Amino acid sequence: MSASVSRTTYREALRGALREALTADPRVFLMGEDIGRYGGCYAVTKSLLAEFGEERIRDTPLSESAFVGAGIGAALGGMRPIVEIMTVNFSLLALDQILNNAATLCHMSAGQCPVPLVIRMATGAGRQLAAQHSHSLEGWYAHIPGLRIVAPATIDDARGMLRAALLCPDPVLMFEHIGLFNMEGDLTEAAGVADIERAAIRRTGRDITVLTYGASLYRCLEAATELSAAGIELEVVDLRTLRPLDDATIIKSVRRTRRALMVDEGWKSGGLSAELGMRVVEQAFFDLDAPVMRVCTAEVPIPYPKHLEDAALPSVGRIVAAAHAMVAHEP
Amino acid sequence: MEPVVAHDIGRGHALHLLAQMLRIRQFEDRCARLYTEQKIRGFLHLYNGEEAVAVGVMQALGVADSVVATYREHGHALARGVPMNALMAEMYGRRTGSSGGRGGSMHVFDVSRHFYGGNAIVGGGLPIAAGLALAQRLRGLDGVAACFFGEGAVAEGEFHETLNLAALWHLPVLFICENNLYAMGTALARSEAITDIRAKAAAYGQPAVAVDGMDVIAVEAAAQRAVKAMRGGGGSHFLECRTYRFRAHSMFDAQLYRDKAEVEEWRKRGPLITFTTRCKAQGLIAEEDFLRLERQADAEVDAAVMFAEGSDWEPVADLERYVYAEPRA
Ligand SMILES: Cc1ncc(C[n+]2csc(CCOP(=O)(O)OP(=O)(O)O)c2C)c(N)n1
Repeated sequence: MSASVSRTTYREALRGALREALTADPRVFLMGEDIGRYGGCYAVTKSLLAEFGEERIRDTPLSESAFVGAGIGAALGGMRPIVEIMTVNFSLLALDQILNNAATLCHMSAGQCPVPLVIRMATGAGRQLAAQHSHSLEGWYAHIPGLRIVAPATIDDARGMLRAALLCPDPVLMFEHIGLFNMEGDLTEAAGVADIERAAIRRTGRDITVLTYGASLYRCLEAATELSAAGIELEVVDLRTLRPLDDATIIKSVRRTRRALMVDEGWKSGGLSAELGMRVVEQAFFDLDAPVMRVCTAEVPIPYPKHLEDAALPSVGRIVAAAHAMVAHEP
Repeated sequence: MEPVVAHDIGRGHALHLLAQMLRIRQFEDRCARLYTEQKIRGFLHLYNGEEAVAVGVMQALGVADSVVATYREHGHALARGVPMNALMAEMYGRRTGSSGGRGGSMHVFDVSRHFYGGNAIVGGGLPIAAGLALAQRLRGLDGVAACFFGEGAVAEGEFHETLNLAALWHLPVLFICENNLYAMGTALARSEAITDIRAKAAAYGQPAVAVDGMDVIAVEAAAQRAVKAMRGGGGSHFLECRTYRFRAHSMFDAQLYRDKAEVEEWRKRGPLITFTTRCKAQGLIAEEDFLRLERQADAEVDAAVMFAEGSDWEPVADLERYVYAEPRA
């Protein structure tokens, strides 16, 4: 007996979750640049304007700070806004609202002002969009207490995590990798609300724990297949949620494999992989058989030409090479 | 500026307005002393001279309306009905404070009174006020959001983004610019090419008026008109209140940027003195009334200090509470 699944895309799974939320909860509304008439810069919200009307699918002016802040105010005022920011680079214009207000109000007011706001934005590189549309800054946001950071990598998570974000009383930032929108796959119809505090082991293996998330997951799985042929078995952990990190799952896996490799599209210096590596060292140092390693983006603004963009990003080849180096370390 | 519409306010209302302004004045004078005694720490921004703005505007608001203010918000909090005890305890950082002691002078919150801070980022409160107003409209309610800020905020992008958004979406936000002529030490003319703030606001497509912010009656009347229009379905309104801050920007300010003579000139137009004089001339109140209200305010302040000093600190064990929302009982 197989669970009922339907063929869909990551984008459609997101849209389905938005539609479902708009239908089920009159407090939910969408706001962002070109989400209505244009259909969304990555077409996630396409057709929703016709279905739900202008009051609930609100095209905004190019005023990131104002509409993110208005989302915060509307959340305080009893609504459940979902704000879309075209891409993470533009979210910097709303950083004041995200950090100084969304992340801060609940604690500063001693719990009087929770901010149940969902902010969705595109992240990541790979489509030759150059140095102002390709960065992965979710690791920065994961630095901030008061925010919840999720990065769905699968179709089930695209829907399930959005559902969970809407039920959450805290500000949730959802990072959707631009390389995933067209991804086709099966949606588990009966899958409910996703757990946004747990990582998931997407492939088990005895030799190296790979900690990754978002589109990098697929490079890691590809590397795992290649390495398996060479007798090296990767255990691939999809972090799913970057704040709070699921230390329990991470450390348990590392204790078993005794090696930890971090793969993410952020820059290495001061990035999420640095944080993960430190947690592993703090909590599992004596279980390690090899130094922790990182495969991250080269420390450059992402360049436009394909060969340079590819060279900057974590690749299957670099993951494979790192894995070989790690197992070559004899304890 | 808008001509002052002479209207009959009656003795009861006159006493009420005076009492509110006096409570703020006496509360803050005590805060300044407590600051030198190091009982209040951090940044402390006093509203001395500007009381007519908060008190005047608050008269126009109902219980369901929201208020967003700045770090100079003690007057707004008191006029909104935040209990003086809770406000003083907040100044002391005690757990009985309006924000549990976590915010201090600059971050007073009282959600039961729809008082949403206490925002210490210049311009940071404007988008939130727009969102609160949007929520009212989307929920089919007729509440308005009153948003206070200084003229310094006019230079921030958030001011322009929000004025446009609120006017475009017809949101019931009352923007109140407390134009006290200085942003810290920067005079308006040294930061704005066009110093007519009312005109800038009007350019975004919303009714905008400038009033004498030293005149509580003029402020009240203008706010009443704006709120009435918004309750009737109108969009955002803008009120520029021309006022003056008599004290330093904060407790760290040698006031090198303005002449003492200028301050003295403005003091003659102080909101308490002018209002009292006018009410006396009209036979609405007598000197005894003033003295009685002053004594009452002092007694309330004394009690608030006692309350604050008798209150506990939040246990350190609770430091990490409320980073995320806790399920409410
Ligand atoms: C974004 C930002 N920049 C700078 C400051 C530092 N600062 C605090 S108050 C202030 C002056 C603001 O003047 P105004 O808006 O006129 O209000 P007032 O203090 O006169 O009430 C400045 C520059 C700040 N708090 N926020």
